[in-house]
Amino acid sequence: MFVALISGPITMNSKLNKVRSKPFNATRVPTFFTFALVCIFILYAPMLPLVFYSFNSGSSLSLWEGFSWRWYQAAWQNSHVQEVTWRSLYLAFQASLYSTILATMAALGTTRTKKYKGQNLIYALINQPLMVPEVVTAVALLICFASIKVATGYTGMAYLVLAHTAFCIPFAYLPIRARLENMDLNLEHAAADLYASPWRVFRRVTLPLLFPGILAGAMLAFVISLDDVVITEFVKTAGQDTLPTYMLGQLRRVLTPEIHAISSVLLAISVTLVGLLFLMSKKES
Amino acid sequence: MKKIKLTSLYSSILTVGILASPGAFAAGELNIFNWGNYTNPELVVKFEKTYDVKVTVTDYDSNDAALAKVKAGGHGFDIVVPSSNYIPIWISEGLLIKTRPDQMENFGNVSSDWNNPDWDVGRHYSVPWVWGSVGNVVDTSMYKGDINTSAIFLDPPDELVGKINVPPEMSDVIGMALYYVGSEPCTSDKAALKRASEVLTLAKPKWLSQGYGIIEKFAGRDLGASLYWNGAGLRARQKNSDVRFGYPREGYILWMDNVVVLKDANNVENAKLFQNFIMAPENAAMVSNFAKYANGIDGSSAFMSSDLTEAPEVQIPAEHLANGHFLDTCSPAVNTMYTAIWTELLK
Amino acid sequence: MNKPEVNTMLVHESALEASIEKAKTRRNIFLSTPALIVLVLAASGPLLIMLFYSFLTPGDYGGVVWKGSIEAWFKVFMRRDIFEGTLLPADAHLSIFWRSVKLSGLTTILCLIFGFPTAYFIATRPKRQRNIWLFIVTVPFWTNLLIRTFAIMELIRNNGTINKSLQALGIIDEPIQMMYTDMAIAIGMTYVYLPLMILPLYASIERLDFNLLEAAYDLYATRMRVLRKVIIPLVKPGLVAGSILVFVPSLGAYVTPRVLGGGMHLMLGNLIELQFGQGKNWPLGAALSITLLAIVMGSMMLYVRSVNQRANNDE
Repeated sequence: MFVALISGPITMNSKLNKVRSKPFNATRVPTFFTFALVCIFILYAPMLPLVFYSFNSGSSLSLWEGFSWRWYQAAWQNSHVQEVTWRSLYLAFQASLYSTILATMAALGTTRTKKYKGQNLIYALINQPLMVPEVVTAVALLICFASIKVATGYTGMAYLVLAHTAFCIPFAYLPIRARLENMDLNLEHAAADLYASPWRVFRRVTLPLLFPGILAGAMLAFVISLDDVVITEFVKTAGQDTLPTYMLGQLRRVLTPEIHAISSVLLAISVTLVGLLFLMSKKES
Repeated sequence: MKKIKLTSLYSSILTVGILASPGAFAAGELNIFNWGNYTNPELVVKFEKTYDVKVTVTDYDSNDAALAKVKAGGHGFDIVVPSSNYIPIWISEGLLIKTRPDQMENFGNVSSDWNNPDWDVGRHYSVPWVWGSVGNVVDTSMYKGDINTSAIFLDPPDELVGKINVPPEMSDVIGMALYYVGSEPCTSDKAALKRASEVLTLAKPKWLSQGYGIIEKFAGRDLGASLYWNGAGLRARQKNSDVRFGYPREGYILWMDNVVVLKDANNVENAKLFQNFIMAPENAAMVSNFAKYANGIDGSSAFMSSDLTEAPEVQIPAEHLANGHFLDTCSPAVNTMYTAIWTELLK
Repeated sequence: MNKPEVNTMLVHESALEASIEKAKTRRNIFLSTPALIVLVLAASGPLLIMLFYSFLTPGDYGGVVWKGSIEAWFKVFMRRDIFEGTLLPADAHLSIFWRSVKLSGLTTILCLIFGFPTAYFIATRPKRQRNIWLFIVTVPFWTNLLIRTFAIMELIRNNGTINKSLQALGIIDEPIQMMYTDMAIAIGMTYVYLPLMILPLYASIERLDFNLLEAAYDLYATRMRVLRKVIIPLVKPGLVAGSILVFVPSLGAYVTPRVLGGGMHLMLGNLIELQFGQGKNWPLGAALSITLLAIVMGSMMLYVRSVNQRANNDE
């Protein structure tokens, strides 16, 4: 019964046919359907010229001069660009992982509970990184971390991971919280009544139900971290450029199609990943 | 089941990430902090091979950001490349080492124009990287008149109205406006500042944008004119043969980026080697060829590509030489006035 | 049972309940602590430094000097005309703030219009497919913000794809000026912030009991009414989350507005960045940010409280 509540398309109720001439399928709302497809098309539309011009034999981003692998070769040989790309991906991965875990815990601690002292304060603290322009956090972190770097002599990636995790937390938190607020406490109470320990209740009931929210939060956090330029720019030490800071440097001068080649590669990898996931899910069924 | 798979996936990625951190196998290290897309990778490789040093290049996009980062400390850089009007700030804040480039082996190659500049008398701290000018990049198919005047962007002719770009560089723009009204940059003369502010306010509605990345715009004929750096003017001309570079006769700005060594550098000896290295003509030419700007080293033109040695954007024609001036470092009081003018202009 | 015994039992019960509540609260606070530690270390803590800096004097060339001063706070609200010396309100700050609020509001509304149907669409796919669709929607955002902004620029500039195709089809003669307008900024920001609206909305809608929708429809509710009276109240948490995630960060945005809007008008993010950059006035930058923070936090608290109050009233 619970499964039916959670999942899948609802088909029309034939008994009520005589009441309504048109069947209502809540999952097939035509206007929404078209809007959504238009939206997805719009999301990908700007990507097409990007991929297109990455094969441009000239260095222009608007004048087509012929087909060429030139920029892909340049990107392949440019170890610096590859290095910054890997660093960006790895940093985003870590930030997403840690911030999602922390945000899930925080969401569980602040939602569906009776109001307790300090709850509003916690909520405000969690969302605070959203409300301050990045340059402010960036400069403040520069000052904080710089003194630590001088005092301890450690200048590794941990500062960047910490900074990214921090500002990713609200981005992971809000979708998880939104999901949690809609969840029925009764299910967990039922499980508890059946003598399940709180940890088991969490693992077997709460977590699976919460999973779409967690996934949404993790993906948001990943994307946000991947894009961050200002905070990374100020917190980085020697040799810690990420893809966005590398591009920021190029912005003033020349943005070469090498960047487009890299972006197209990233795009291709992600699309392949999605394709693989699709195939895997088909196999499961 | 899904969860177990995910956990092992996560941990394997983390392990690979940690193990993949590159190690340094060279005898020494050098950490360069430079403007984005400004350091020739081939130059870096040549230096690495010659001195068995591992070099990292990290980017910045503004003088102020670089200054802030280095002042805060814990940055790990050995070398920075600030602009000439900031070098006095770096020196007075005690951030640099007196490496005495003037006593280095290759110093004799430095052109006599550049071996004793106002911002680093006697060259005790810095070595020239590249230098250039700020002027008018104009698409002459849209405007056929005189391009050697700041009126192009401060009192635009009709053909160019609505097609002009002005970069969001406060010191350069206000400086050029001050020259235009007969004064000079960094003046504390309030009357002159007021006139400059009025000229700018009147001109702004006739501009299209205030941004970077104009080369593409000229290539696509989206722009008619822009106040901009000469190297970009050269690149724009290579994509759109109608583009010319004008040197405003009321006064235009010269700038030079210079290589300095930081006081809290970890690799001072390698940094000094680098300073000496780029004073050699072949290496200076490599810097120029990549950045597409002139350098300050005699004899390097033999190694520079012809598009640079023959370009009027890079080799300033004789009739315009006298009108170019280097920017001073404005006093804090004047800078506050500049910022106020700028905010009012852009609100 | 005797009355005193009942009373004792009741007292015991309520004492037990109270201690369970306390334990729950402790557990909740314990759950939130790790996140809070990270945030204090790398977000809120450093912000206190900014608050402190706003009461210092600007250094000559950036940075601060350890001398107390409220000059920065004064400058947030008032300005002294540099030429006349008269005291005026800082109207530049006000118009910049207002412009940013308008654009962020527009962006949020556009994101709602496009994001809601998309989230609804994804939430109503067969269960197996939903994650795939989520990925499909976020994949374009794996490319960098700068690239995406440039991609939009390619589409809307005068000689760009849209204008060229419209001209080729003969629909227009002259290119439509889309670039460097406020609309361009709104379009660009919508494009950038869309996943921040779609993902929380999806998480909320996915939980909807579609039987309720069908029941409402069977009771002669029009589609519009079903939307207004059934769907929206139920997905309110997602709506709130999405709106916050779009509106608030877009207030401080400056890359997209600068590239697409031509940089001729300062946005709030640009104004603050100017103080830390060429303006060389860190205390003013700090003061402006704290002011922004206070305004946003205040409005958010009011918004969330009013939403909760309405929810409580409905119950």
